[in-house]
Amino acid sequence: MARMKFLCDDERCIECNACVTACKNEHEVPWGVNRRRVVTLNDGEPGEKSISVACMHCSDPPCAAVCPVDCFYVTEDGVVLHDKDLCIGCGYCFYACPFGAPQFPQDGAFGVRGKMDKCTFCAGGPEPDHSEAEFKKYGRNRLAEGKLPLCAEMCSTKALLAGDGDVIADIFRERVVRRADRDGETVKPQVPWGWGQAYGDKKS
Amino acid sequence: MATAVSGHRSRRLWWATVLALVLLTAGLVAVAVDWTNPRADLWRQVREGVEGYSAVRGLESGELIQASGEVWRRWRNGPLAWVGGVLLGGVMFALGLFHLLHGPQRLAKPRTGVRVSRWHLGERVLHWITAVLFLTLALTGLSLLYGRRLLIPLIGHESFAAYLAGAKFVHNLTGPLFVACLVVMGLTWFRDNLWRKIDWDWLKSFGGMFGGPHPHAGRMNAGEKAWFWLLMAMGTVVSVTGLILDLPLFGLEREQLQLSHLLHVAAALIVVAASLGHIYIGTLGTEGALEGMVTGSVDLSWARQHHDLWLAELAQKGKVAESEVREVKRPSHFFRPDDPSASA
Ligand code: SF4
Ligand code: SF4
Repeated sequence: MARMKFLCDDERCIECNACVTACKNEHEVPWGVNRRRVVTLNDGEPGEKSISVACMHCSDPPCAAVCPVDCFYVTEDGVVLHDKDLCIGCGYCFYACPFGAPQFPQDGAFGVRGKMDKCTFCAGGPEPDHSEAEFKKYGRNRLAEGKLPLCAEMCSTKALLAGDGDVIADIFRERVVRRADRDGETVKPQVPWGWGQAYGDKKS
Repeated sequence: MATAVSGHRSRRLWWATVLALVLLTAGLVAVAVDWTNPRADLWRQVREGVEGYSAVRGLESGELIQASGEVWRRWRNGPLAWVGGVLLGGVMFALGLFHLLHGPQRLAKPRTGVRVSRWHLGERVLHWITAVLFLTLALTGLSLLYGRRLLIPLIGHESFAAYLAGAKFVHNLTGPLFVACLVVMGLTWFRDNLWRKIDWDWLKSFGGMFGGPHPHAGRMNAGEKAWFWLLMAMGTVVSVTGLILDLPLFGLEREQLQLSHLLHVAAALIVVAASLGHIYIGTLGTEGALEGMVTGSVDLSWARQHHDLWLAELAQKGKVAESEVREVKRPSHFFRPDDPSASA
């Protein structure tokens, strides 16, 4: 079985936010919640870099380790999902997550947290595939249709890749080699952004 | 002699100048030569949590990776949970063992039937409201920390999640009420709990728990005072951090929430462990203690045995007959110097 991963190539991302918009629209995500966001470093200065980030579906997910009701599960594709029927909105997963992925719609007075919402790698939730309940709670289940996450499919520069970790890592490696060729540099092995943190690869 | 000294001094100055020059040169070289690859520099910034810009507005949405989450996870799931569990289990075990081997502290003399008023109605109401809130907060809080390991295997995911949703709600709601009770309690019993010289003697003999003559004690004995101050200290930590955690509305960042959470749990575990001792001593552990907090009065025998100085003080103020305190031997230093009745 493939181990699904996200990869964002900071040499390609142009901060167009199409991935963010595509995700919101595809899953009809609640107001105030963004499952994906683009962060730009050194914005407006020479050498600025952008990264599109969402839940990375970590190998040893910190969110799952701290959830007091144990509502996370990992699919056989390595996608980290959770059960909203169990979630109590305590926010612990948000404290623990390195990537700021878990989001909370405000529920009632005093800013009380509602049930956690996060990127599902377009893989739905525990309800039956393509059911009304699944769509309402988690959005579209594209993986069950044999499709990959929409954010990556929408990406016009193909900075954002989603799919079998080995395949996208190969694509990335090829790019690194080609860029070094073009710029007359020696090739240095590079670990894609965030992979150290999410999948335990050395260096991020 | 004078020249030798100044020669010594000038040589030191020379070395210092050389050293300063070497350091300065090294510093200039380091600045001039770009040691670091700007790419590596950028990602170092990311690891250190430097914030960028994001069109998605939200708290810390510009931060790509926060490393402190992992630290929080390790502390919460590791040392805090384990040390806390061992502490609570250990105290329960020790109290059980004490009760089995030693048994409760009985009244030394038979009851006289004469009642001495000990806690007025306001104090009792305050005590019991605080006690109910404390137990509620303790049980719901412990469920958040240990329920996943202890309760899910027993009642399953669904029932536990339903219970915990309620527990979280109740915990967050009763927290601020408990804070209010703590403040009133602190103001009410602050004076009675000021530490006095005789309290050391009480502590040294463990309140006469392991035999020996019962030590002297005022209205509060040293054990009660220790519990009071521990409750106040830990209660302050729990209250401040609890209010921070209770209201995500404040817009605090994750690092502040993580730290608050760790302090909250640590202080809470300590005070819950200590409360087990207080509950044991106040109920099973001491014959005749609970009735004081329930009815408001205690038997004269009990007062003589456990709070002799307080009884004498009452007699001094004319609240009980002097003849009823006759068994009490008063050390001369127990009156407060500012107590007008003492000089009368
Ligand atoms: S990125 Fe965050 S939410 Fe996603 S699996 Fe990792 S820790 Fe969990
Ligand atoms: S907010 Fe929900 S998913 Fe996150 S840790 Fe709490 S109960 Fe689990």
